[in-house]
Amino acid sequence: MTDATLSRDELEAVRRPRRWHIGVFLLPALVVYSAVMILPLIETLRLSFYNTVDGQYTFVGLGNFRVLFGDARWSADFWNALKNNFIFFAIHMLVQNPIGIALAALLSLPRLRFAAFYRTAIFLPTLLSFVIVGFIWKLILSPIWGVSPYLMDLVGLKWMFAPWLGKPGSALIAVSLISVWQYVGIPMMLIYAALLNIPEEVIEAAECDGITGWAQFFKIKLPLVLPAIGIISILTFVGNFNAFDLVYTVQGALAGPDGSTDILGTLLYRTFFGFQLQLGDRSMGATIATVMFLIILAGVSLYLFVIQRRIRRYQF
Amino acid sequence: MSKARTSYGRMALVHIALIAYTLVAVFPVFLTLINSFKNRNAIFRNPMQLPTPETFDLVGYATVLGQGDFATYFQNSLIVTVVSIVLVLVFGAMSAFALSEYRFRGNTLMGLYLALGIMIPIRLGTVAILQGMVATGLVNTLTALILVYTAQGLPLAVFILSEFMRTVSDDLKNAGRIDGLSEYSIFFRLVLPLVRPAMATVAVFTMIPIWNDLWFPLILAPSEATKTVTLGSQIFIGQFVTNWNAVLAALSLAILPVLVLYLAFSRQLIRGITSGAVK
Repeated sequence: MTDATLSRDELEAVRRPRRWHIGVFLLPALVVYSAVMILPLIETLRLSFYNTVDGQYTFVGLGNFRVLFGDARWSADFWNALKNNFIFFAIHMLVQNPIGIALAALLSLPRLRFAAFYRTAIFLPTLLSFVIVGFIWKLILSPIWGVSPYLMDLVGLKWMFAPWLGKPGSALIAVSLISVWQYVGIPMMLIYAALLNIPEEVIEAAECDGITGWAQFFKIKLPLVLPAIGIISILTFVGNFNAFDLVYTVQGALAGPDGSTDILGTLLYRTFFGFQLQLGDRSMGATIATVMFLIILAGVSLYLFVIQRRIRRYQF
Repeated sequence: MSKARTSYGRMALVHIALIAYTLVAVFPVFLTLINSFKNRNAIFRNPMQLPTPETFDLVGYATVLGQGDFATYFQNSLIVTVVSIVLVLVFGAMSAFALSEYRFRGNTLMGLYLALGIMIPIRLGTVAILQGMVATGLVNTLTALILVYTAQGLPLAVFILSEFMRTVSDDLKNAGRIDGLSEYSIFFRLVLPLVRPAMATVAVFTMIPIWNDLWFPLILAPSEATKTVTLGSQIFIGQFVTNWNAVLAALSLAILPVLVLYLAFSRQLIRGITSGAVK
């Protein structure tokens, strides 16, 4: 605060010789972060404007994007992956986050016994790697093993069983639900934390006014945890548009059956790294990465500049 | 007042709902673990049954330990994860200290620059990262992975740690200055010990995505000598798809360390998440 009241000359006089230590403290992180993260990101964006034309590496402007969006060889794959990615995200928003919120609401009930046990158990899948999760579910959903038909028989639903992962119509939904199963712990924990932060007086005041149970949850608690719901939404968005591992583990790099589970992450992998007969294409890979970057940037900006500012925050 | 809030019937319903979801969350893991100890016939005939003396069989584990080079994979994962966490913590804490302690031109800008990586995933730069690693000859080395994971972990670490460092008392640091401590001693000897709980939180948050990552090991270090556990088990299981004993045993071996660590540190982890470190 004092700096503002001093004039520039006085400041010069007051200032210690040169505070080298600030630079020393900042330098290692800055170097690693800039060299391995920021510069490659910028370089990738730059590469998306270049391609090899007649053996010559040249600037092609928006040519790569035109190919990706319009060329017959590329556009079908790209629009398919983009559409699947939006479905993938929608299923997370419609299933994962409501279940997470419901679990958090139950866990945060006052004087609930075994709350710590439930919390620990439900959060467990979140820590497992995609490889483990993917293969476990592949085994469980496999018609060879028969665990799922057996379990469904117990509740009289055996006739509904189908090899969901192997059918183009249901594979994407099945993969999304596996991912939901794994990640439900994150919204649960963040909402749980937000619910615990609601002061007791607010709840008591509601009770004095006769608002309890469901009404209390929807009218009092839910509006108060809206900022946390905003955060889990944007985390889900970034995570989903960057997903790769689960689809790769469960359905392979070709994201079968028949490309029905192909999302942007797997498309990026196949395009730039190559797979089987397809050769790796650096320029088109960079182009897809740039599109993913723009989608994520758009989502994050929408959240930071529109949603976050509109959400009413309450100070206790 | 609290009587009005809890009726027994309602509490019972709450417990039923929570138990039901807990089963959904834990059952697949449990099923994998118990079946990994059974012989092939029992796996298919009675998947739900616990291993009995007749059905108990370790053939899956024998295959995994005999065929896959899991000891090397484990060692690689351990080296990559531990070194990355140490670098993230040390570098992150140093920057967080500089940002929260000193007022200098460009402080806010620097903070924003370092925070960019919280929202923008490092994966999007993979094309150029691979190019850079090829140019510097780091492909198929653990160093490449360590560098990438350090960069990936830094933004969140700086963010969380600088929030915490703002709560360290100024009087303490000024007392240190009067006693003639250098800025480096103040950081290493006064501030670091005080933010240890926050460091633990950051360590856990950094560890999980590194240990579980498949993308970068697959692209930057797929050679036999540098495979991590995640990539190693992915490839191993892919090859042994029809050998159910081996697959279940490999999965159980991959789950075990995570499970043990989680049960040991779950309180710390959950406190870290709920303490408002991530708001």
